[in-house]
Amino acid sequence: MARICAEGLRIEFPLYHLGARSMKKRLLGAASRRVKADAQNRVVISALSDLSFTIESGEKVALVGHNGAGKSTLLRTLAGIYEPVGGRLTVEGEVGSLIDPAAGLDSLSTGRENIRLRALYRGLNAEQTAALEAEAGEFSGLGEFLDVPIHGYSAGMSIRLAFAMATAVQPQILLMDEWFSAGDADFMAKAEIRLEQLVTASEILVIATHDMHVVKRWCNRVIRLEAGRIVEDGGRECLV
Amino acid sequence: MSAPSMPRPEHILSVDAANPRHTERALADLKDGLSQWRLALALARLDLRNRYRGSVLGPLWMSLSSLVMLIGLGLLYGALFKFKLSNYLPHLAVSLIVWQWMAGFINDSCATLTSAEGVIRQMRLPYTLHALRVAFRNTFVAAHSLPLIPIVFLIFGQVPGPEALLAIPGLVLIGINMLAGGLLLGMVCARFRDIPPIVANVVQLAFFVSPILWKPELLGDAMVWMAFNPFYALLETVRGPLLEGGGPPLAWLAAIFYTTLHVVLAGFLFARFRSRIAFWV
Repeated sequence: MARICAEGLRIEFPLYHLGARSMKKRLLGAASRRVKADAQNRVVISALSDLSFTIESGEKVALVGHNGAGKSTLLRTLAGIYEPVGGRLTVEGEVGSLIDPAAGLDSLSTGRENIRLRALYRGLNAEQTAALEAEAGEFSGLGEFLDVPIHGYSAGMSIRLAFAMATAVQPQILLMDEWFSAGDADFMAKAEIRLEQLVTASEILVIATHDMHVVKRWCNRVIRLEAGRIVEDGGRECLV
Repeated sequence: MSAPSMPRPEHILSVDAANPRHTERALADLKDGLSQWRLALALARLDLRNRYRGSVLGPLWMSLSSLVMLIGLGLLYGALFKFKLSNYLPHLAVSLIVWQWMAGFINDSCATLTSAEGVIRQMRLPYTLHALRVAFRNTFVAAHSLPLIPIVFLIFGQVPGPEALLAIPGLVLIGINMLAGGLLLGMVCARFRDIPPIVANVVQLAFFVSPILWKPELLGDAMVWMAFNPFYALLETVRGPLLEGGGPPLAWLAAIFYTTLHVVLAGFLFARFRSRIAFWV
């Protein structure tokens, strides 16, 4: 059973290359809630402070809040990319991340080579690699372009490839940064169906979004972040 | 959906700032990174392919530039030091090619983590993987100049004895140093952006103070001091077996000592600061 449990989670981004002391003073002097000095007297941006929540299997969570509220940081923390400076985090279950599907693409390699590279990133064996290649190649609908270096792709084509690779495997916990929307109408229709399947079959969904339609349609829980803190946590009725 | 069936081992990510388990998690990173060597190899090959994209000779330029350097430096310094070419060129060939391998790696390893920034911030991957990638990349580069060694040996009738096999542990020592150095320099250079130019300067200086162009015996009695030069020690673990019937024991001892020191230092810093790397790059 998939489960996410955070207790007092705290993430701080250090500002290392600040230069002059005067700048440091000015930043700290502004009595801001987010920019502060840590225990070693370094200037840090408090990205997430003291988050506690538990997400059980079956919960589809929308992270809402203004730009810079900490939604993406929280997603990356759940994906294991950022490690907390305070608190505890346990993520049980296989995590699939749609945070940036295009990460790790090699623009000088062909679509097919990129699929094989992605298989290596995921640590798949030869059989699974062949399956991914067939599946993602088919779904992307790139046809002969699959053997063309992707720097020759249009923006829409690269997104199709990235989407096809990222969604070919069903994770237990699905992390998404905004609901996917790109490509032409045909592909969007196909992508919608694929995403629906992925979301429905995942045990936990955590999606950062501004789109209230997405929240209403897919989520049964809303966590509202403001300046790195949870200000609201509840059902869809939280939305106003 | 016809998704490939994935093996489902128990995936648990558990981090607790109050109980960071530094060593355990650094070792896990090392283990995961090494087990993904095929990915590191593929990325290193892509790096090379992309670097020479559209070039006619491609990576053969590296063999060519080593050849030109070998001939030019060999003739000039052979004459300056009044060495016999049949004796000097094999020395220079081994020294130069091993040196280029190490120096290229050291300069490159400053960007081990900063150049992987895009991936580090988007995907959870072992950091060891990036060090492995840089080590593979530079080994590929060096491998293109490698054939020059047997060619020079053949031309000058230099046939190494069975002790040449000792070069293998020498290469292993260099390999271990690369993994440690990739992480150590990668981390330090990600955190302090003034380090790469310092490293470049040290490497340049090391080329002249290490016996590459010249031979250690030129130093006479002062040769014992060479053991304080880690580059000399590592160089000697490969050159000794190929050219000097095994290499001086002192050089081997020094090489093992420096490697241990390097691994301990890199391991300590990696364990301590691994969790901060994503914030540094």
